[in-house]
Amino acid sequence: MLTTCLKRIKSTIQFLGTGLMLLPGMVLAEYALNFQAPATEIAREVFELHSLILKIVIVIFIAVFAVMFYSIFAHRKSRGHKAANFHESTTVEVIWTIIPFIILVSMAIPSTATLLKMDNTSGSEMTVKIVGYQWKWQYEYLDHDISFFSTLSTPRAQIENKEKKGENYLLEVDNHLVLPVGKKIRFVLTANDVIHAWWVPQLAIKKDAIPGYINEMWTKIDEPGIYRGQCAELCGKDHGFMPIVVEAVSQEDFNKWVSLQKDKAVSAAADSNKVWTKTALMKQGKKVYEKSCQACHGATGAGVPGAFPAITGSKIATGPVKDHLDMVMNGKAGTAMQAFKGQLSDADLAAVVTFERNGLGNKAGDIIQPSQVKALR
Amino acid sequence: MSEAAHHRPTGLSRWLFTTNHKDIGTMYLIFAFMMAIIGALMSLVIRAELFEPGLQLVDPNFFNQMTTVHALVMVFGFIMPAFVGLANWMIPMMIGAPDMALPRLNNWSFWLLPPAATLLIISLFVPGGGPAAGWTLYPPLSIQGGMGMDFTILTVHMLGISSILGSINIIATILNMRAPGMNLMKMPLFVWTWLITAFLLLASIPVFAGAVTMLLTDRHFGTQFFDAAGGGDPVLFQHIFWFFGHPEVYILVLPAFGVISQVIPTFARKPLFGYSSMVFATAAIAFLSFIVWAHHMYTVGMPMAGELFFMYATMLIAVPTGVKVFNWVATMWQGSMTFETPMLFAIATVFTFTMGGVTGLMLALTPVDFQYHDTYFVVAHFHYVIVGGSVLGLFTAVYYWLPKWTGHMYSEGIGKLHFWLTMIGINLTFFPQHFSGLAGMPRRIPDYALQFAEFNMWSTYGAFLAVFSQLIFFYLVWKTVKGGTKATDQVWEGAEGLEWTVPSPAPYHTFETPPKVS
Ligand code: HEC
Ligand SMILES: [Cu+2]
Repeated sequence: MLTTCLKRIKSTIQFLGTGLMLLPGMVLAEYALNFQAPATEIAREVFELHSLILKIVIVIFIAVFAVMFYSIFAHRKSRGHKAANFHESTTVEVIWTIIPFIILVSMAIPSTATLLKMDNTSGSEMTVKIVGYQWKWQYEYLDHDISFFSTLSTPRAQIENKEKKGENYLLEVDNHLVLPVGKKIRFVLTANDVIHAWWVPQLAIKKDAIPGYINEMWTKIDEPGIYRGQCAELCGKDHGFMPIVVEAVSQEDFNKWVSLQKDKAVSAAADSNKVWTKTALMKQGKKVYEKSCQACHGATGAGVPGAFPAITGSKIATGPVKDHLDMVMNGKAGTAMQAFKGQLSDADLAAVVTFERNGLGNKAGDIIQPSQVKALR
Repeated sequence: MSEAAHHRPTGLSRWLFTTNHKDIGTMYLIFAFMMAIIGALMSLVIRAELFEPGLQLVDPNFFNQMTTVHALVMVFGFIMPAFVGLANWMIPMMIGAPDMALPRLNNWSFWLLPPAATLLIISLFVPGGGPAAGWTLYPPLSIQGGMGMDFTILTVHMLGISSILGSINIIATILNMRAPGMNLMKMPLFVWTWLITAFLLLASIPVFAGAVTMLLTDRHFGTQFFDAAGGGDPVLFQHIFWFFGHPEVYILVLPAFGVISQVIPTFARKPLFGYSSMVFATAAIAFLSFIVWAHHMYTVGMPMAGELFFMYATMLIAVPTGVKVFNWVATMWQGSMTFETPMLFAIATVFTFTMGGVTGLMLALTPVDFQYHDTYFVVAHFHYVIVGGSVLGLFTAVYYWLPKWTGHMYSEGIGKLHFWLTMIGINLTFFPQHFSGLAGMPRRIPDYALQFAEFNMWSTYGAFLAVFSQLIFFYLVWKTVKGGTKATDQVWEGAEGLEWTVPSPAPYHTFETPPKVS
């Protein structure tokens, strides 16, 4: 009896196995059902591994449940089937302990190989430091002396359903992470406040950015293009709104981009040395506020009661300039209020503080110049 | 038995002061059902917000509170107490004991629950709102929260004490109060799985209590266990949390395995296949559950040796779990099956749990887990395991034992309607989430990119169907409690075991003189 039963199982497995081998491939073709198209060698390997395991588990699943459903169909009382009385077989138990074990080993071998490759950051040609902030990314090109922040650029109105949503809704940022293709790039990750995770599916890399830790990973992108991703570790209120955009370009374009960044840095330094008018400070301050502060303190400065204080009427934002600058530049440890002195230029800091003191319903009347900020650094 | 033992107070004091295992079991089950409703309503808030892209109903901060509290309520308020309720009701009756070993402790472990749950719900209304750091409570995010987080920590402590007391009681009962002749290897599997679960609870809950206490002192008393700036380590929390958290998922599902192992033989009219291998598989799963915790943290940047160890150990769990599934199928094989509602739920549990099991195996593989981790693929996986395994297991148990509890047969027609609507609902909710996850949708986000829109819409329809179908369940139970065809003692033609030898409904006191087990 046992042998006939095993034979039946075997033929069912074969039948279903061949049919189902095709499934993952089909699925890939049309819908957003499966991994996004891999853009690196590692990503392809991961994709293949994924497809392989998916096929194996689908076949096992179908085989087991084909047996169950056959039994449900055939061994029912209503068809007059009489219950057998067997309830033990060491042989069978040993078989279905050992066979799964062998299948597992066959999965573990390729997984280990891929994992070792992913872990090997040696021989990299450039390094980018990624720092997670609530709720933006900072990219520092350690070999080029370039550093900037990258924040969501989807307009608020689209999120609040007042405008039609664009094609890259929630997956677009102001400053792309520009990288050369064909180069092994090493990333080092850390975070400023809470844990974030940097993930770009098409590159198949995801790693946590953890305060006090330096994590490493690497990629080597095949083709120029735009690759989008998101923060993958819950990091507070706007966790869903800190996307990642990688722009892969040729080495030549990359070099051009690098020199453009250098020019920008020079003009930013010039901004910090000149004396600003109140109107100019307010205008720039509003921009900075919307980009860097609004997520917590609100568009009108009302904050979120219990979580983020209001700026409107705040004792600090209407009190002595020194305390206000201190709060914004150095943040407050143990709270979500981060130190902005490393994130914003002297000019931007002066502008945003001026804006908070004279906008958002406050009327302190004074203005702050970049030189005052510089003096406090 | 003394006069006092037979004294049966009525009204409120009956429930407040009761030491009767059946009363306490009933209270656990009612409490669990209430929490399930609260947790389910929260899940509907989540699903309604995710119905389409854009922010419609709630702000992101509240959304995070909903995901956090939904999980805490479902895990600690619904599933764990529900299984403790079943243990209370059934274990003494299945081993031929008159009651639990420690009846007063039993009363106390139940009555800790309502204040704990109240505290958690109140946290949503304090300034700053409820906990919003996810049920995993990872610092530093959980350090940032308002006092809602402190409420949560206190809740966890109270629920933890309740679970520890409950476990001690269950272990004491099983080890000391079995009827003569019932040696360990004759115990029903539900009793076995609960014995092992109770040990898991004893070993893991105190660890969790330690972790949240460290959080509390970090938040208020100037320690820096998890603060890198002060020499602490945020990843340490994750290790401690998952040392508890992984056994916890088996705590949620092992008793369901026990239920299934009772029900399938009954309706297949054939003894359970491989009883002793079932016991050993359960023990093996329990042991392995303590050495696989870091598979929840492959992306934190562990050393290679760690990544490999946890990958291999995790894959190993597939072996004993597979043995269980094969044994259930082998029990059905060549049986003489009928398909009353408990059997339908039991079969569905095996099926949907196994779906969660195979995605679990996929998640075990570190290099691909980097892609799955923290996406909706994981959300689909653990809901298949917890809803598909634990919750369907609970329904199986309720339908199976309801006639014994109430003395009435429930309506098969309504039961089957409930079954099919629930199955369609949960699969419509969770199956599409595999796809959104693979395609790149992170979990715990209140808004998402446009390519995920269709599947999210399906999920939302499914969730509403699944939750509202439970009204049918409520109606069915209500009606069965009130009346219905009289149930026989044995209830089911193929049922075997001591609980089926006592009258239906089971009298207030059973087995005051121990039965003889041959
Ligand atoms: C991630 C959330 C977050 C962001 C972004 C943020 N803040 Fe804050 N901010 C806070 C929190 C939280 C506090 C309260 C700190 C405390 O407990 O004293 C605060 C406090 C303040 C205060 C003091 C208010 C008071 O009355 O106590 C000022 C001024 C302030 N922030 C300015 C800014 C400026 C300027 C920016 C942008 C450059 C900014 N914040 C960005 C979270 C944030
Ligand atoms: Cu983040």
